[in-house]
Amino acid sequence: MGRNVMQHNSSIAQGVIEIIAEQALIDPSEVKPESTLADLGLDSLGLVECIFGIEERFGITVPFNANTPEQPGFDISSVGAIISEVEKLVARQAA
Amino acid sequence: MRRVVITGAGTLNPLGHDVASTLTAMRAGHCAIDRLTCRDVERLTVQIGAEIRGFAPEQHFERNRLSLLDRATQIALVSARQAMAQSGLEITEDLGLRAGVVMGTAGGGNTTVDDNYRAVYAEGKNRVHPFVVPRLMHNAATSHVAMEYGLRGPSYTISTACASANHAIGQAMQVIRAGQADVMLTGGAEAMLCFGGIKAWEGLRVMSTDTCRPFSRDRSGMVQGEGGAVFVLEEYEHARARGAEILAELAGFAMTSDACDIVLPDLDGPVRAMRAALADAGIAPDMVGYVNAHGTATAANDRIEAQALGAVMGAHLAGLPVSSTKSMHGHLIGGTSAVELLACLMALREGVIAPTANFSEPCPDCPIDAVPNTAREARVEVAMSNAFAFGGLNAVTLLRRV
Repeated sequence: MGRNVMQHNSSIAQGVIEIIAEQALIDPSEVKPESTLADLGLDSLGLVECIFGIEERFGITVPFNANTPEQPGFDISSVGAIISEVEKLVARQAA
Repeated sequence: MRRVVITGAGTLNPLGHDVASTLTAMRAGHCAIDRLTCRDVERLTVQIGAEIRGFAPEQHFERNRLSLLDRATQIALVSARQAMAQSGLEITEDLGLRAGVVMGTAGGGNTTVDDNYRAVYAEGKNRVHPFVVPRLMHNAATSHVAMEYGLRGPSYTISTACASANHAIGQAMQVIRAGQADVMLTGGAEAMLCFGGIKAWEGLRVMSTDTCRPFSRDRSGMVQGEGGAVFVLEEYEHARARGAEILAELAGFAMTSDACDIVLPDLDGPVRAMRAALADAGIAPDMVGYVNAHGTATAANDRIEAQALGAVMGAHLAGLPVSSTKSMHGHLIGGTSAVELLACLMALREGVIAPTANFSEPCPDCPIDAVPNTAREARVEVAMSNAFAFGGLNAVTLLRRV
C-alpha cells in the first residue's frame, strides 16, 4: 500500500481497495492510489459494481449516474480520489 | 410475397388513453414525466416516471375478471379493443383459425410479483391470491387478447427487454408473410412502475432523476414509463377485399444480435439491423423520411445510435428528422416500440413529425436533427422505428405509406 493511501483513514482506504481489487480480479497490493479504474481494467459495469460494494460496506449513498462522465458529485478519477470521496461521505454520515 | 398492412391501432400510455389523444400530446410536445405515486416512493432514489393517470380499470373490466388481470394485461386489452374497433374486423369461426396474437413485454406481471413478494416476505403472510401465477406469467396479455376475440392461430409472447414490442410486431408480420395467419394482433405492454420495478432499474445507475433529454448534450439517463399499444396486422389482399382502411404497410423488419455486452450497446448490431430492414422492404436509405429513434437518453445509447444512423444513412442523415418520443412518454420498456410506432403512423398519415421534448442543446456526440421540442410538418413516405435492447438484441421496423 503506497504512502498516499496511508494518509487516508486506513480502514476506509483498505475497504475501498479490497472492493476495487475484488472487481478487477487482482490482488489488493496491485491497487495504487494513483491508479485509474481503467488502468485496473475496470469497465463501466465494474465501476457500477464497485460503487454498489462501497455503498453496502460503508452504509452510504454515493451520488453516481453512469450518464454524466464528469461525475460532479463524486470524483472517480483515481483510486485515491474515490477513497477521499468515500471518507467525506462516511464523515457526513457520522455527523 | 404476402404484404402486411396495419388496419387498426390502439393504445393506453402516459400521453393518452387512445391513439387520438396520444398523437395530440405528441404533436404538442407534451411531457408526461412527473412525480411517481407508487407505494414506498420515498424509499426510491429515482422518484420520477411517466405514469398512466386517470385510468379506472373497473370501467373497462368486470370486477371478477380484474382479479386475473395484471396492469400490463389491462393495458394490452384496452389497446386491443381500440385497435379491433378501428379495424372493423369481425372474427368469424373461420377467421379466428387464421388469426393470432404476438405481444411483447419485458416484465410481464411485474406489479403482481412485487405485490405478492411484499405480502409473503415483508408482511409475513403465508397465503397469496389463487391467481398470482396466471396474472404474472409473461404470456398473460397474449392469451387474454386471444380469448377476448377468439383468435385461435399462432400466438405467443416475446420478451427481449426494451425491444420486445418491435420483435413482437416483426414476428407477427412474419407469421402473416409465411401464410400461417391472415390477421395478427400485436404490440407490447408494460407496467413496472412499482417499488421493486423501479428499484431494480435504479441499481443500474442509468436513470435520470431530472427528466428524459434524448440526444441533448445535458442528457442524464432514462426515465421509466408504463403503457403499450396494439395493432391489427392484416394480409394486404385480405384487407383490400373487405374494404378496410389501411393505415400503413409494415414494409420491412429485421433483427440482429450484438453478441457483445449484456448492457452496453454496440455499433455493428444496430447498423446491421437497420440495413437489413431496409433490404427486407426493398427501400433505399434516402427514401426514409422519419426515424423514431430508440433514443433512451443514456450517454451510451444516444451516441452509438447517432453513429449507427450515420453509417446507414450517410449524407441523407443531414436532412432526416430523427426524434425520440421517450422524452414525452418515458421508456415503456417492453411496450415502448409499440407506442413509438404510433409516432411513425402520425408522420406517414398526418405529415407531422413528433419532437424530442426536453431538448436543451445539441450534443457533438449526436450529430442528428432531433426535431427539438417542436413538432414539424413533413411529407413522409417511409418511417423507421428503432429498438435496441439490453442484451444487444436489436429490432427495426419500417412503415410505408399505402
